[in-house]
Amino acid sequence: MSQRPIRVLIAKPGLDGHDRGAKVLARGLRDEAFEDVYTGLRQTPEMIATAALQEDVDVVGLSILSGAHMTLVPRVTRLLNERGMADVLVTVGGIIPDDDVPALREAGVAEIFGPGTTIVQVADYLRANARPRD
Amino acid sequence: MEVDVVARATTLSDAAVSGDRLALSRLLTTVENRTPIAEAALRRLYPSAGRAHLVGITGPPGSGKSTLVAALIAEVRAAGRPVAVIAVDPSSPITGGALLGDRVRMQAYAGDDDVFIRSMASRGHAGGLASTSTAAASVLDAAGFDLILIETVGTGQSEVEVAATADTTVVLEAPEMGDEVQAIKAGLLEVADLVVVNKGDKPGAQRTAAQLRAMLVASAPRDPADTRPRPKRPEVLITTAATGAGVPELLLALDRHRAAAADGGEVEARLVRAETQVWAIVADRFRARLHDPAHAASTAAVLEEVARHRLDPFAAADRLLSEIEAD
Repeated sequence: MSQRPIRVLIAKPGLDGHDRGAKVLARGLRDEAFEDVYTGLRQTPEMIATAALQEDVDVVGLSILSGAHMTLVPRVTRLLNERGMADVLVTVGGIIPDDDVPALREAGVAEIFGPGTTIVQVADYLRANARPRD
Repeated sequence: MEVDVVARATTLSDAAVSGDRLALSRLLTTVENRTPIAEAALRRLYPSAGRAHLVGITGPPGSGKSTLVAALIAEVRAAGRPVAVIAVDPSSPITGGALLGDRVRMQAYAGDDDVFIRSMASRGHAGGLASTSTAAASVLDAAGFDLILIETVGTGQSEVEVAATADTTVVLEAPEMGDEVQAIKAGLLEVADLVVVNKGDKPGAQRTAAQLRAMLVASAPRDPADTRPRPKRPEVLITTAATGAGVPELLLALDRHRAAAADGGEVEARLVRAETQVWAIVADRFRARLHDPAHAASTAAVLEEVARHRLDPFAAADRLLSEIEAD
């Protein structure tokens, strides 16, 4: 039938309280015709995986500024895989040192968006790479 | 209908009914996108739905609908009952995108398989719900959720569609939102089975509740033989959703309303719901026929005649209907 909007979960795992970036992105993707589910601050990997499953999102976008990405991100991707959502695109936004990138990619992260990334760049990337939808 | 569509629908619905939450979620996506799989699945599931209590939660933006839903989930789970939530937020009329933010207040139940929360964008549908919300509720109903909370978009005065979808309609008000004249205007408050004044810890909550009680309950007694539609006489409760105060009483009131509805008014409410659903499908099917290759060109021509004011819309509709009849 008609092309449906891409659904994106925007989540902030862990304890950092800086959600301005995540909110700006959520708002920006709305303007780019995405449907985004925003879950708020201080999410556990379990909460994120459950929300992704119940919302049947095409993309999980994790925003992390705390430095805990090496612990939190692989837990999220592992839970998604365990629950049959290996086809969901996982992206990370925030401050991620270059040295950590290979390990995150190894853990199943498709793309990392650092400071200076524009909303349009994120939107274009997601449109090109989100899983095919029925 | 194609064989693989039916096969996929059968696999998904059987898995969803037997407790597979990923299958349930995927099925809801097909419903939301109105795919052929959804139609086949709904045909299969409809006979096993119809058992759940559908509760609509509506009210103005910021009155505390999501917070109240979260508090209700806690109360229902404490009683050991499963619960599903459909939370609707508006789609942008400009881009079609949406920011679905109701989950923010409901994230505490991640490990609990008996809580299922699904956000829906309204996708251009007016009235406070998405056009597929009722169908989504049927799927959750068939999957065994015996209480389904449907949270509407923040509503104004007349988005009353939820009342046709739900068995019980809860209208939220915040304290000091308006004077007594607001309470006697037609619209949202008229369809309430329960009125909840939320933010009960704010000044003015008691007074707002007292005014609503006075205005909503005070309707003249009628001769029982008089069958004209009559306004409901909703109970007025006070809650503080953020602390949970008043929420146990709200759940009791919901259960009471369900029991009372089962004794009487329910048949009529379900007939209204059936009618709404069936007419929507009839309209969709007519439209699909008029856009199929055999008719598309003449349909477009008729619409253009109307746009140019050479043909009136009624004559145009008659002409299109008679074309379909001629098939």
